[in-house]
Amino acid sequence: MPNYLLSVCYPAGASQPPPDELAAIMTRVGALSADMQAAGVWVFGGGLHAPSSATVVEDRDGEVVMTDGPFIESKEQIGGITIIDVADLDAALAWGARKAAAIGVPIEVRPFVG
Amino acid sequence: MPAVPDDPAVLDRDSRSGDALEGPDPTLEVTSGAATAVTVEAVFRADYGRAIATLTRLLGDLGLAEEAVQDAFAVALETWPRDGVPPSPTGWVVTTARHRAIDRFRRESTREQRQAQAALLHAPDEPEEDYAVRDDRLRLVFTCCHPAIAPAAQVALTLRLVAGLTTPEIARAFLVPEPTMAQRLVRAKNKIRDAHIPYRVPDEHELPDRLRPVLAVIYLVHNEAYVATSGDSLDRVDLAAEAVRLGRLLVELMPDEPEARGLLALMLLAESRRPARVAADGSLVRLADQDRSLWDASLLAEGQALVRECLRRNTPGPYQIQAAIAAVHSDATTAADTDWRQVIALYDQLLAAAPSQVVRLNRAIAVAELDGPTAGLLEIDAPDGPATHLDAYHLLHATRAALLARQGRTAEAAASYDRAIALTDNIAEQRFLTSRRDALL
Amino acid sequence: MQQVRDRIGRPDQKETAMTQYLLSVHNDGTSPYATEEDMHAAFADTGTFNEKLQASGKWVFAGGLEFPDTAKVVRRRDGALERTDGPYLESKEHIGGFWIIEAADMDEALAWAEEGAVACRGDVEVRPFQGIPQD
Repeated sequence: MPNYLLSVCYPAGASQPPPDELAAIMTRVGALSADMQAAGVWVFGGGLHAPSSATVVEDRDGEVVMTDGPFIESKEQIGGITIIDVADLDAALAWGARKAAAIGVPIEVRPFVG
Repeated sequence: MPAVPDDPAVLDRDSRSGDALEGPDPTLEVTSGAATAVTVEAVFRADYGRAIATLTRLLGDLGLAEEAVQDAFAVALETWPRDGVPPSPTGWVVTTARHRAIDRFRRESTREQRQAQAALLHAPDEPEEDYAVRDDRLRLVFTCCHPAIAPAAQVALTLRLVAGLTTPEIARAFLVPEPTMAQRLVRAKNKIRDAHIPYRVPDEHELPDRLRPVLAVIYLVHNEAYVATSGDSLDRVDLAAEAVRLGRLLVELMPDEPEARGLLALMLLAESRRPARVAADGSLVRLADQDRSLWDASLLAEGQALVRECLRRNTPGPYQIQAAIAAVHSDATTAADTDWRQVIALYDQLLAAAPSQVVRLNRAIAVAELDGPTAGLLEIDAPDGPATHLDAYHLLHATRAALLARQGRTAEAAASYDRAIALTDNIAEQRFLTSRRDALL
Repeated sequence: MQQVRDRIGRPDQKETAMTQYLLSVHNDGTSPYATEEDMHAAFADTGTFNEKLQASGKWVFAGGLEFPDTAKVVRRRDGALERTDGPYLESKEHIGGFWIIEAADMDEALAWAEEGAVACRGDVEVRPFQGIPQD
């Protein structure tokens, strides 16, 4: 079965919700992950640190150059990812929809090669 | 690597006066006894890096270490005026910081913190062995200068954590608004924490790559002392002195690293000229025009001794070669006595070790001194040479202007001075270049 | 894949000192390969790198993504779920694929990233995952 990437997309200027709302979101996300695992589709899931924690590594003709910060400087950011292993795009979109409902932000669904 | 423009046709780097420690940490409140407050401040500045380094190892977290050390200094400001300064202030700071951290853990203990607490409680209270302290401080230097951290943030972190400067001091020194500098520091510290940038001394095979940013940070701090001279200099920390202090620390921590010695020698030799660099009216004096009797003899001797040591070790690198060039200038009792052949030979070595157009420009200046302005201009205007690559660099145009003037091409020289003036924001340099241009007419 | 699920599914087996890192390969829309031969060499090098990563035990996941125009976005709008064509980030640059690894610290993650960047001829961004809360 093909793998799909579900990316959690934080819109520009999104701020962290207040603690009680955050806790409610974490509970819903935890329940969704448990459902994914029970359905046998969950491959990986993780929340990412802020884009400012990123470092870009580049090979310039044999010399490796490091740069502080994310590759794409964008107001929107990816806050975390889930990888699922499902039959087709419709199944992936259905899980993506549940994730969007659980967190309240857009979810991008993108297929892996092969 | 930016080379030091260190020849007569180019401005010698200017200086700022004052070696004293400045301004108390605004987060600390001085309660009484001015002399003791000064002592606390002096210990703060001198031992901040040492305390942070040891506490970071004990606590496994830079942020916790900083909080603990700041707590300890707050305690010092409260108790030292009352009870007197402890016999070993440094040891007192580390021990107190450790106990304050334990107090904190008791108040807010999660599992992770309880583990750290256990480590703290088992650590001995006796002063650490010298080599252990040395390794801690070296770890801290390498963490602050980790290549995954942006160079500007490396500089800020090093000045804050290793040199113990306060955030407002660093902000003023780099002419950056304080909130900007504070944010830069927070972001860098968060990255160290979140990305798990390790707290360790790199292995032998990694050293060449990892030492480069460390040397570059110290060199940048030193350069900044010369570049950012505008504004109220009395209000600013003496960055040149801080750079020399960091350079000395690095030599102490890595005694077998020749480039660390080279960098220290380079900075000491530049510092030795400081008294001759500014005229009575505050204007800058070129190396060629300096009253060499004003040079600081002890800094000069120390710098030259380091260069001789480097020559004996015979493992040259870019900083050692630049120091050697500075030493050749220092050897000459008058500008006319300068051994330009030697200078050119060293620039050739430098070009082989670290090719750069700025170095080619400096070499051309030396060639002009030896063989005349026409030979110098030929080098500058050579195909794929400095004139092609450094068109936006004010010292390229200042140099061309000086050489054109010597050839008697007054109008072209004036135009080059105008271009140089337009390209620099530094008021002292603008003033100097304007006076040179006006002298042509 | 089963092996990954088993390992992550058992928290008691998790090495607490390890951090997970996302090593994403970025592409600006142009081909990173000098020639067709170079492309095949890059595929082969990436395969070798993947094998090495798996053998090291630090491998968690690896995958190449389809082009960004294959992406869909699901969002909630006025209480209803809405599907639109992606990608979400309107940027010339995009992620072509990624590795997820476990590493002791940033230096280890960067060393893998360097090797991966050389193998796949792409720029690799290293970004840490948040740790799973312990208590």
